[in-house]
Amino acid sequence: MVYNEPSPLEVKVVSRRFLLENSASIDTYLATDGYVAIKKVVGMTSQAIIDELKASGLRGRGGAGFPTGMKWSFVPLNTGKPTYIICNSDESEPGTCKDRLLMENDPHQLLEGMMIAGFAINSNKGYIYIRGEYRYLIPILEKAIAEAYKHGYLGKDILSSGWDFDIYVHTGAGAYECGEESALLESLEGKRGIPRLKPPFPAVVGAFQCPTILNNCETFSHVPAVFREGAAWYAGLGSPKNGGTRLMSVSGHVNRRGVYEMPMGFPLLRLIEEVCGGIRNGKKLKAVIPGGSSTPILRADECDVALDFDSLAKAKTMAGSGGPLILDEDTDIVRVALRTIKFYKHESCGWCIPCREGTTWLTKIMTRFHEGGGRTKDIDLVYEIAKNMLGRTFCPLGDAAAMPMIGFIEKFRPEFEEYLKKKAPGPAIPELALA
Amino acid sequence: MTFSPTLEERFAKLLTSYPPGRTRSAVVPMLLYAQDEMGFVSRELVEEVAKRTGVTPLQVDEVIGYYSMMHREPIGKYNVQVCTNICCLVVGGEDLFEHAKKCLGIGHKQTTPDGLFTLEEVECMGACSWAPAIQVGYDFYHQVTPERFDQLIDALRKAESGKNQVS
Repeated sequence: MVYNEPSPLEVKVVSRRFLLENSASIDTYLATDGYVAIKKVVGMTSQAIIDELKASGLRGRGGAGFPTGMKWSFVPLNTGKPTYIICNSDESEPGTCKDRLLMENDPHQLLEGMMIAGFAINSNKGYIYIRGEYRYLIPILEKAIAEAYKHGYLGKDILSSGWDFDIYVHTGAGAYECGEESALLESLEGKRGIPRLKPPFPAVVGAFQCPTILNNCETFSHVPAVFREGAAWYAGLGSPKNGGTRLMSVSGHVNRRGVYEMPMGFPLLRLIEEVCGGIRNGKKLKAVIPGGSSTPILRADECDVALDFDSLAKAKTMAGSGGPLILDEDTDIVRVALRTIKFYKHESCGWCIPCREGTTWLTKIMTRFHEGGGRTKDIDLVYEIAKNMLGRTFCPLGDAAAMPMIGFIEKFRPEFEEYLKKKAPGPAIPELALA
Repeated sequence: MTFSPTLEERFAKLLTSYPPGRTRSAVVPMLLYAQDEMGFVSRELVEEVAKRTGVTPLQVDEVIGYYSMMHREPIGKYNVQVCTNICCLVVGGEDLFEHAKKCLGIGHKQTTPDGLFTLEEVECMGACSWAPAIQVGYDFYHQVTPERFDQLIDALRKAESGKNQVS
């Protein structure tokens, strides 16, 4: 089911079946162009598949926005090793709740996307790594997989192509870190989700130490449309170099929060005003955290920006996993900053010192600051610690914690300073060892 | 150690889901599915999962320490998880958690004396657009106000006392 009213401004590609009755069943899927793309793909060469995907401008919907076709092209063929297709359904970036809908409402679309990837690199096994909190989706996925076997879209000699493909569901058990691809692969092997040193990247040494295509759930879900309707059609939906559409999980202080499928490059202000009905209670916009909690905040005066990877990068933030958090004028940015860093401290796996210690120190300082015991130099201290974490960890979790903190201070320093004035110094808090 | 036929079937399937020699992969799913049935991860379960997947009990233990959904001790029948991460925070998630503490009379990771409810402040559960959100066990509840929270807890309490009367 869907949990919010749709908007007439949406362009529905991956969400086109969400409102249909029994949208998760194979009958609905087959009646609405389902498994049409895989039939085309089994007549294509690996190179042709990857070229088509490159031409579509599809970029990873998990956060980094890496071109999907290029990612697939990095997988070495004919190494003699098996290859794997891994779907990252560990959706856990605060602000993001779209993969849930894709699996709940259209699981066959995801399966078809994974099959196309499987055929492209002649892989015989795929795994859907789903976060433990989404336990209710496992029976839905397993039913879809069973239906696909029954109809001959999974199993042996699929569509008489001589190619075999199996898909399994694998569950995590509560760890944000496992959304990072190499940590996910460790977790899939039954270990703690500690990131791997890269390179080698998963394309070369991935699942079970073999070449692997690892994409986000939404990325795979877009793949069938690319092959069904053609790369040019798909690319044309979005903005230059940002093909297609994406699901935007809008949260915060707007009148109509919800998940909406928008063309890439849709203006942020129009999303707030026209799709989401503006700021609630007649308040003014203060800021937007555009792509999940790890993406640097934009002040209201910086929000005249298009929602695609390149435009948001130009605005010195990121499109991330597509979850804009809209904040009104009453929002306490210091409190948001504290909660953000608490999260990253909780989720840091502890493998790299800059991340483990950095998130702990930042949480201690921000807690003290928020409780009224802050000092003027704490503002620079937070900024300096965060800057020193950037780029110094195995995986992007350290950056994900540091980037938003840098953003909060750069964009809202006066609010931090104001906090020093308005709050009476709290009870004596011991000097932190690092100060 | 014996499990229900459904769980045994699941385990059998899991052990053949991974490439040859990779049964260690089944450790996390097996623990979670077993916990669903037994309520927590007991010492006996650790040893059993180790035996079935061909790893040492220590290798199972180190995994349990990493994942936040694994419980080494029994918890309440209903695990009430309140998200206070930023998307919930800005629309009342932290206030809801404070309310939940009062309503249930317990704090973070504590269980009510009757063993019915455990309360947990959790990180983002993937319901940001319908915040503030809670999960009771695996069930999602969206746009939860303090009033709706009380109604839900009441309904669960009533359902339980009804069951006791029947038995």
